[in-house]
Amino acid sequence: MKVISLAKVRDTIKDLVQKANFELQDDVLDVIKDMEEKEESPAGKEVFKQILDNVKIARDEKLGLCQDTGLAVFFVELGEDVELQKDGGLGSLSEAITEGTRAGYEEGYLRKSVVEDPIRRKNTGDNTPAYIHWELVPGDAFKVTFIAKGGGAENMSAVQMFAPAAGMEGIEDFVVETVDKGGSNPCPPIIVGVGAGGNFEYSALLAKKALLRRPLGSHSYDPFYADMERRLLERINNLGIGPQGMGGRITALAVHVEAFPCHIASMPAAVNIQCHSHRVLSFEL
Amino acid sequence: MAEHRIETPVSDETIEKLRAGDRVFITGYLYTGRDSAHKKLIELVKEGKDLPLDIKGQFIYYVGPTPARPGKPIGSAGPTTSYRMDSFAPTLHSMGLKGTIGKGSRNEEVKEALKKYKAAYFAAVGGAGALISKSIESSEVIAYPELGPEAIRRVKVKDFPCIVINDMYGGDLYEEGKKKYQKKKD
Ligand code: SF4
Repeated sequence: MKVISLAKVRDTIKDLVQKANFELQDDVLDVIKDMEEKEESPAGKEVFKQILDNVKIARDEKLGLCQDTGLAVFFVELGEDVELQKDGGLGSLSEAITEGTRAGYEEGYLRKSVVEDPIRRKNTGDNTPAYIHWELVPGDAFKVTFIAKGGGAENMSAVQMFAPAAGMEGIEDFVVETVDKGGSNPCPPIIVGVGAGGNFEYSALLAKKALLRRPLGSHSYDPFYADMERRLLERINNLGIGPQGMGGRITALAVHVEAFPCHIASMPAAVNIQCHSHRVLSFEL
Repeated sequence: MAEHRIETPVSDETIEKLRAGDRVFITGYLYTGRDSAHKKLIELVKEGKDLPLDIKGQFIYYVGPTPARPGKPIGSAGPTTSYRMDSFAPTLHSMGLKGTIGKGSRNEEVKEALKKYKAAYFAAVGGAGALISKSIESSEVIAYPELGPEAIRRVKVKDFPCIVINDMYGGDLYEEGKKKYQKKKD
């Protein structure tokens, strides 16, 4: 049986949230550079240049890539055969993740962007709670994926419950309209995560999971959805919104679609928008 | 796409020169503020009280920076989405505010206020907060420290880079840019 120390989880997460906020990963950088070549508008090219300059400064000076260092969102794959060692004064895995988040956001001079109540809006002061999605898997795997999710892009996301008759066109039009409505707000060039199927809440989770696919811009294993991703990317980039909404060829860097079985009466779809500041990082123990 | 170097506080003549799409480098002071600070400012206006800053000729930068590392004036400091401040901007423009800096489009009321009071709306590159912090030389909290990242700061900037999105003539870079690069469905 694999034994995992909660203190180690906490310390790893403390470093992980900082690294993710300071350094854009190579797959994301590759797509940005690739798309920079394809951009034709002068304003768009200037935006790409600033984005790439920003990446260097953030990495060298350990500064947040963006001042919105996001909600700390985690996807945890926990093997059923893993034993958790309650050390370091930590009583549970969620406590270890929360403490790691708190310590990392403090140590890294990252912004505290959480309010404790949606209406009364007092800052919690330490960027917790962490938003944790659990997945129990067979075996002894232990994998944590972190995404720093900023508010600007998240606010432009949407869920819709379609009748099955709306079909593929229904979902594709919905994705393109959602991006079009978001316009310049979510800091384009964006990444579009689409969740097709599931149910009301599951579709939104699928859309977020779609954003986590690595490398960025790789296509679905299912040729049907891989084609849909290509079509959607083209349609979105034909909108003309361009980098930062200033007009241009590149509105989206990538579109990832994840699908899941659903009810005979429904066809839920969700679109989770992510900005170019795509701060995703995983670790395994 | 013309380029301008301007200094705050600005006069009407400076704003008159700016057109949507122009690049602008700002030197001088900017005031920062976002959702909560704006709410407080507008409450003061409604109560007929003085604001904690004199906004005549000034610019407000919509930003909530990361904490500064020791010895640095500020942390990462890129723009936040502006539409959340749409309901507050016209009042502040009527009191002499000459510019706001953020990202994302404004509503019709704000665009009308820009025409009426001779002001402009600028965008900085969202997600370039580390780069933008390089043009900020100093920063001091002047009001609402309890708001943390949302406090009002007075920041000294040198060649702060931004682009005119809405000018005082009704020009709108977001609309014009999109139209230019849009490919219609066949
Ligand atoms: S949308 Fe992304 S890049 Fe833009 S301000 Fe928010 S976190 Fe930063």
